[in-house]
Amino acid sequence: MKTMKLHRIATIAAIVLAATGSTAGAQLRVVATTPDLASFAREIGGGAVNVTALAKPTEDPHFVDAKPSHIVTLNRADVLIEGGAELELGWLPPLLENSRNARIAAGARGRVVASTGIRMLEVPSSFDRSKGDVHSLGNPHFLMDPVDAKIVARNIADHLAQVDPKNAAIYRANLAKFNARIDAKTAEWQKALAPYRGSKVVTYHKDFVYFANRFGLNIVEELEPKPGISPSPSHLARVIGTMKAQNARVILVQPYQNRRTAETVARQTGAKVLDMPQQPGARPNTGTYVEMMDNLVVTLANGLRGAK
Amino acid sequence: MRGSILLCAIGLVAPMMAQAQTPQKRDSLAKADSIARADSIALVRQLEKELGQGSSDSGSVAQNGPRATGGYMNIGFVTLVDAGWSSESDVGALERGDHDPKVRGFTMPNSELSLDGAVDPYFKGFSNIVFKIGPDGETGVELEEAYLLTTSLPANLQLKAGQFFTEFGRQNPQHPHSWAFVDQPLILNRIFGPEGLRSQGLRLSWLLPTSFYTEAMVTVANSLGGTTSSFRSDESSEIHGGVLVSRDVEGLKDMLIAPRIATSFDLTETQTLLLGASAAFGPNNSGPSARTRIYGVDGYWKWKPAAAQAGFPFLSMQAEALTRRYDAAERALEQSPDVTLPAETLKDWGTYAQVLWGIKPRIVAGLRADWDKGDAAVFDSELRRNRFRVSPNFTWYPTEFSKFRMQYNYDDRKGLGSDHSLWFQFEFLLGAHAAHKF
Repeated sequence: MKTMKLHRIATIAAIVLAATGSTAGAQLRVVATTPDLASFAREIGGGAVNVTALAKPTEDPHFVDAKPSHIVTLNRADVLIEGGAELELGWLPPLLENSRNARIAAGARGRVVASTGIRMLEVPSSFDRSKGDVHSLGNPHFLMDPVDAKIVARNIADHLAQVDPKNAAIYRANLAKFNARIDAKTAEWQKALAPYRGSKVVTYHKDFVYFANRFGLNIVEELEPKPGISPSPSHLARVIGTMKAQNARVILVQPYQNRRTAETVARQTGAKVLDMPQQPGARPNTGTYVEMMDNLVVTLANGLRGAK
Repeated sequence: MRGSILLCAIGLVAPMMAQAQTPQKRDSLAKADSIARADSIALVRQLEKELGQGSSDSGSVAQNGPRATGGYMNIGFVTLVDAGWSSESDVGALERGDHDPKVRGFTMPNSELSLDGAVDPYFKGFSNIVFKIGPDGETGVELEEAYLLTTSLPANLQLKAGQFFTEFGRQNPQHPHSWAFVDQPLILNRIFGPEGLRSQGLRLSWLLPTSFYTEAMVTVANSLGGTTSSFRSDESSEIHGGVLVSRDVEGLKDMLIAPRIATSFDLTETQTLLLGASAAFGPNNSGPSARTRIYGVDGYWKWKPAAAQAGFPFLSMQAEALTRRYDAAERALEQSPDVTLPAETLKDWGTYAQVLWGIKPRIVAGLRADWDKGDAAVFDSELRRNRFRVSPNFTWYPTEFSKFRMQYNYDDRKGLGSDHSLWFQFEFLLGAHAAHKF
């Protein structure tokens, strides 16, 4: 009787242990911290990968809860794609610490740091939190520039090919297709926004710096007085003055930012508040990066046209 | 039976085999790596040129290297300052936690220097050195935690070794700066003592291969010292009243053993539930073979909408319930050794429940209620009296690196009457901000 019981326990233990350590199924399990990175992984990986995003499309990527379910997701991942540049510093480290997954450890083939090779903007020359919550490695919202998106796609394709060499040709081919599409779309987006080159805009946070750089917009103010610092009435009064003086007519906000504050400023200045979510899936029919960028460009062009 | 052993062996070896590579394979992968790196650098250079045309900020190319905030080690320093008044002049009798306000006026209950980082590819290292100023103005220093954590054990196992908070329940392993209230919950103080339960030992944890989060762990640690209040602590006579008996460690039964299981479910896209059950067993020093058993359950629920701003709004509830069975042996009364106290089991239980409402960005309202009960015993310990406390509070976080808190406590110590206290707390944080666990 005792032998039978031991026999059963040993069998269950063996099955459980075997299931925990190796990659099950044909698809590579890719986990991305944010939906935009997940979108790239789907484009590059195609049918060879199964992609999960940890942050929700409408969620502030700086403030994601380190939920235990994310530990399970990371524990089973073959590849982890993080934005890098300290975007996920507030929530990813404890998840990784408990995920016990050497495949996605720092420096492993399965760990993609998307920001690698990106020319970072706004890299501070000194670290001083009296200037707000400035990321020491630079502004992390680089995916708003489609040219940077190509670097990220390349990083992802490189790592997927290393982790899964048998499908390397698929990843390379998908990367080439993705790059061609981004090149074509970038030209299209630039053409659509060309009439508004030099337009003055206001943003809530410093999250459109790369976008403005690529498409020739002029960001004259942010509603936050400093990165991560809530807007104060005195700062907003200054913003209103600047907007009136410089004829800035649009304010760009994301779903997790305080739209009411933006609307208050808009009422004072006659400006329009434009919803510009930076994550695929935050709005209907924006499931991919390209669809999301299409949406941003159309929203912005319409907004600037109406504001002229 | 033999087949099962073989299966077990395969199960254990397979994950290790999956990570191992032949030298030839390693060489070819290294070559592929170097080609990929060269391609990547060429591409970056080409893109730098492209970007240079439209760029007003020359920027700098990000490398996958050490973070400027950390280097080889993250360093953080967090300080709590308490200020306030209580109707009880002996504040320490009311606020028994080591990191609670201690006097009418000002208390510096906790300044914590935290250091952490990767030791090598196999271990991470963590330490917390705590400085505090006592009611007498003297500065105290303690090595609160210093431990290694493995990063690459097979089969989802993880070992922790060193000095660390025992993973029992939800709040015991948390550091004071991440508490939602100014003071320690009463039941944790009663059962684990003023500094919580922590000791030198080893913790083995297993992340179960279930579709939802389930983690089982067991801690084996020394049962001696001031931070093992219910076990072989030098201050145990405050619980049982007897002369302390010196006991040798003769086997595992003389160690502190603390098993725990925790599980979590995402109830919806916006709601998460975390449940746990813990226990702690070990010897106490009321007699040569006396033992203590502690059992606890804990729960935490949080709602946060899909489009929260800086993590707000949110609503969370947290509750823990603990019970202790302290077998006090027949013992000589410490105050009068001629008197012999009979053997008895001292039974205590208690619970606390707290609700936090993140009203709008950086503003949190909280409400906590504590109930503690100890059954009648021959020795009437002040630590085991029935007690009720309710604590509304309000916290404002100017940023993640500072906070102001205001808390009122209504305290009812049965037999001693009720007290009212008003506390203010200020916190600042320098350096690396350790990410918060759920």
